[in-house]
Amino acid sequence: MNIIVCIKQVPSLTNVQIDLETGRLKRDGVEPMINPFDEYAIEEGVRIKEKVGGKVVVITMGPPQAESALREAISRGADEAFLISDRAFGGADTLATSYTLSLAIRFIGDYDIIICGKQALDGDTAQVGPGIAEMLNIPHVACVKKIELVDDKSIRVERVMEDGYNLIESPIPTLLTVAKEINIPRMPSLRGKMFSKKAFIKILDAVTIGADTKKTGLNGSPTRVIKTFTPPPTKRNCGEKISGAAKEVAIALVERLSKLGII
Amino acid sequence: MKDSIRVLVDKCVGCKMCESNCHFGAISMLERPEHNKKLKLAVIDLNKCAYCGLCVRICKFDAIEQKKCELQIEIDKSLYRGVWVYVEQRCGKISNIVYELLNEGQKLATELRTFLGAVLIGSDIKSKAQELIDRGANKVYVCDDPIFTEFQDDPYVSILIKLIEKEKPEIILMGATNIGRSFASRVAARIHTGLTAECTSLEIDTVTKNLQQTRPAFGGNIMATILTPNHRPQMATVRYKVFKEAKIEVGRKGEIVEYKVDTQTLLNRTKFVGFIKDTANVTNLSDANIIVSVGRGLGKSEGLELIMGLAECLGAAIGASRAAIDLGWISDMHQIGQTGRTVTPKVYIACGISGQIQHMVGVNSSDIIIAINKDASCPMMQIASYALEGDLYEIIPNIIKEIKLARSV
Repeated sequence: MNIIVCIKQVPSLTNVQIDLETGRLKRDGVEPMINPFDEYAIEEGVRIKEKVGGKVVVITMGPPQAESALREAISRGADEAFLISDRAFGGADTLATSYTLSLAIRFIGDYDIIICGKQALDGDTAQVGPGIAEMLNIPHVACVKKIELVDDKSIRVERVMEDGYNLIESPIPTLLTVAKEINIPRMPSLRGKMFSKKAFIKILDAVTIGADTKKTGLNGSPTRVIKTFTPPPTKRNCGEKISGAAKEVAIALVERLSKLGII
Repeated sequence: MKDSIRVLVDKCVGCKMCESNCHFGAISMLERPEHNKKLKLAVIDLNKCAYCGLCVRICKFDAIEQKKCELQIEIDKSLYRGVWVYVEQRCGKISNIVYELLNEGQKLATELRTFLGAVLIGSDIKSKAQELIDRGANKVYVCDDPIFTEFQDDPYVSILIKLIEKEKPEIILMGATNIGRSFASRVAARIHTGLTAECTSLEIDTVTKNLQQTRPAFGGNIMATILTPNHRPQMATVRYKVFKEAKIEVGRKGEIVEYKVDTQTLLNRTKFVGFIKDTANVTNLSDANIIVSVGRGLGKSEGLELIMGLAECLGAAIGASRAAIDLGWISDMHQIGQTGRTVTPKVYIACGISGQIQHMVGVNSSDIIIAINKDASCPMMQIASYALEGDLYEIIPNIIKEIKLARSV
């Protein structure tokens, strides 16, 4: 089973702090990391490989520094990595990103399952996975929490819905975006780390994958960010502290909630 | 042609204003030893730049120049008319988000002096059309066929695209649900148009008549306003409970258009096998008006009974912080926060949750936050509307008692 995993490098928000005066993100010391949802995608790809054989190829589109995310993916069990990088890919929205990644996947070729995280932490759109599937003209199932291989021509998955989950069967090749319920990603192994240091990361540029640069990057993006701003502080009637004996605290709260018509 | 942005070397004084304000970390300061005053120079990393133009506006020295180049591929926008809402339904029941979309859609349609359309896809669903007209739709497109019994991307995408190509709407709104986010992405990719995810505000630009779509990014730390200037339709998915539901006006007049196609011609590659309802989580978190949520402060899994008691008493859904899930107290379907769900209830009751930033981004849009915690200095207690200091095992039983008492009076 040949698996391609698409990942994204995002700014780490683990220790994010907001400057209370300006309301902006403090960016000092913010390390880039693999989008957490993509860690589940890598792990699931590696698990399928371990079960039925094959290889896991991991790809990312981004600036040269995104190479470190690919190396980390290799240390977690991926076999090969491609960095899709070109000046012409900069400023891409989800459509242009889907286009570029789909061409890179065509270039790599020979895949059975493509796995993406269900969304990225920074953009939070969940649009690129289904977009790639559409451009490759293969089916997809979004937000999957379990994958079962039926045979070498089809898979059965559990797709998370708001009130439960759907069981769906899809022919192969197919694209899946995975939810965090699907697995618990392993830590990089020492052997994996050694391997990842030596691994050769191939770079694919616009010419190599045959991209029409009118359709990539900012040129190929139908959407335009015209303004960014810090959200105004939430209009919540902030800050009543209630303390004292448990009973009094409870009475005070219920009184206020009754007044607001909640109870 | 491409947008271009550059720093004018002779005007930049190295004040770092642009560097510290760039949301994308795309600007760094370069030493200029050759400069006669040793001033630094701002350098823009084009790989990171999103061309948002913030630095251009913020620079007091007009040292950053941005040239916007409109794409040459122009479509005739005047051919596209009408604001559409996709009517998501599950087992024949219309999702509440649809009523919110109809309300907002009607506002946009009025401003554009056009009509509000609703697209109803399903099986044995035609009887629901009048309900949509009662909620403000002028025109309901009905696609009724057994192939649409359960949502699957392939047939739903195929039929919606046929309808879009025939009718040419200028705006399409969908709920940012599990279905909507998957469905909309595929439609937008097929027809090559822009799609903006999880919008929380929609306005019409008075001059260009473009749809201004505003959405949170970076876990709600930044808001971005996004346009789809040169493509039609303009597509957006919209977050739950941001807009009010459209009012019902019984017997309103509207047009019902049945759209028939040969369903044999529709793509249908995946197969729906079954639906398994989540029994543990009776109330849907995204839909809930009240959420009772637990964190590490619960201390032990047995405490969950108390939480369930409070939730039952309030008719609330149960949420959890990542800590409570990692400790194995509750299933991850309940996780709220950055890697879980974003919720927007009227009342969010945080029991023993300290309020790490990853959790807060999921609950920030709640109207009222009630925090119960021993530690009065933790972030959750600081931002809470009502911060109850004390032991949750003492306070919650008392709250349940008092609620019952208040109701019995």
